[in-house]
Amino acid sequence: MATKNIIGNNIDVDDLGYMTNLNQWNRDIAEALAKEAGIELTDRHWAVIEYIQNEYKKGTPLTIRKITKSGITDTKGFYDLFPNGPLKKASLIAGIPKPVGCV
Amino acid sequence: MKRVIILGGGSAGTMIANKLIKSLPEGELKIIVIDQASSHFYQPGFLFIPFGIYSKEMVARPLSNFIPAGVEHINTKAELIEPENNTVILQDGTKINYDFLVIATGSRIVPDEIEGLTGGWGKDIFDFYTIEGSVALADYLRNWKGGKLVVNIAEMPIKCPVAPLEFVFLADWWFTQNNIREKVEIVFSTPLDGAFTRPAASKYLNDIIIRKNIKIIPDFNISSVNTEKKMIYSHEGREIDYDLLIEIPTNMGSKVIERSGFGDELDFVPTDKHTLLSKVKDNIFVMGDAADLPISKAGSVVHFQVDTLYKNLLLRMNEKELIHRYNGHANCFIESGFGKGILIDFNYDTEPLPGEYPLPGFGPFSLLKETRMNHLGKLAFRWIYWNLLLKAIDIPFIS
Repeated sequence: MATKNIIGNNIDVDDLGYMTNLNQWNRDIAEALAKEAGIELTDRHWAVIEYIQNEYKKGTPLTIRKITKSGITDTKGFYDLFPNGPLKKASLIAGIPKPVGCV
Repeated sequence: MKRVIILGGGSAGTMIANKLIKSLPEGELKIIVIDQASSHFYQPGFLFIPFGIYSKEMVARPLSNFIPAGVEHINTKAELIEPENNTVILQDGTKINYDFLVIATGSRIVPDEIEGLTGGWGKDIFDFYTIEGSVALADYLRNWKGGKLVVNIAEMPIKCPVAPLEFVFLADWWFTQNNIREKVEIVFSTPLDGAFTRPAASKYLNDIIIRKNIKIIPDFNISSVNTEKKMIYSHEGREIDYDLLIEIPTNMGSKVIERSGFGDELDFVPTDKHTLLSKVKDNIFVMGDAADLPISKAGSVVHFQVDTLYKNLLLRMNEKELIHRYNGHANCFIESGFGKGILIDFNYDTEPLPGEYPLPGFGPFSLLKETRMNHLGKLAFRWIYWNLLLKAIDIPFIS
């Protein structure tokens, strides 16, 4: 398992840079990860991040449609918030593994 | 006598019906299969129809042929499931009570989910996930003179996630055979970041794509189609033009799940990924494509689920804890064209990796490697499906 230094913390990540231990996640780390991805987090971003973290903890498989049907944001909104692969970007910033596309 | 209703007589419903009737003493359980269809299709065969390798007749049999003696088949549509009443309501309003329900209602393509898509449906846009789509595409391809062929996956999950890839591999072979390969540009566009969903296999398959001179466009999330301009657009504002579009539309669960109101956003049933018990109620199990499990929607998955589901159903009947666990086992033959194939084998935790897959009396298959043997395995599978798999007869190499 690799680690990555994010604002002075050694964080466990996988080969693709996704965090593997949600307990190490906090809002400052999310801000730093977002900045790396070229995104500045607003309240609308935080609402999505909170939602997908909760779903992840419940063990729900995440899909783009799951997010866009949740009422948190619509399809256009989701792509605007996290351009170029919104679910992957949002998952990266939320500190959860890359969504399994294997389904 | 306890009563179990199996909703759906496809691969999953047929296999569990056969397993239950064979394994239980007569008179212990009343088993009812509800399915409105008259034909059972060998769905992996749909892929071969556009290229004239299989005909419609080779992939269809009467559904009733596979419902075993002693199992009642109700040949009508299920209108509603009422978990709170342990009841299935049929189209004519008849109510049937159950002690246990197995939902095996599968998945279906929904072209309406993409704006503009249906405008070109059957003209220069086709699918190969239905018998109608495959047959229509076969007719179209026979007279096609070449141009830009785009194969697009709308969104995940889809049934048999390797099938679109097999389609482009076979297309490359077929156009070569017909001496028009140089007149055809083949493009494979996908919402995934590579050819497949698992990293090791994705890298291996990406290399094959490039070798075959197929262009891959990853991370493409289709939003709409303009059939006049012959153009598909992504949510991110990218566009791809086409002469012939093969679309794998959004896959959703059965409408009976939607009507019953307990499916997820795609009408798949929330299910425990190990016990296969639904999260809807503790006397409802789910099998195959109908479940929301994080594993490929495929016939091999169903085969590997039968034992777990059967054993857990018996435990539930005896009010015992469900101890049998499905581990996400899936495998698939990937047809790669020119008489070769690839076999991959994986589960929830293990990636598809190179190696060998044993088959007593026939020799091992190579995993994650392109061989002629794997191609023969794929073709042999149609016979295995009709004669062994559906009847829940144990097969050494795929159990």
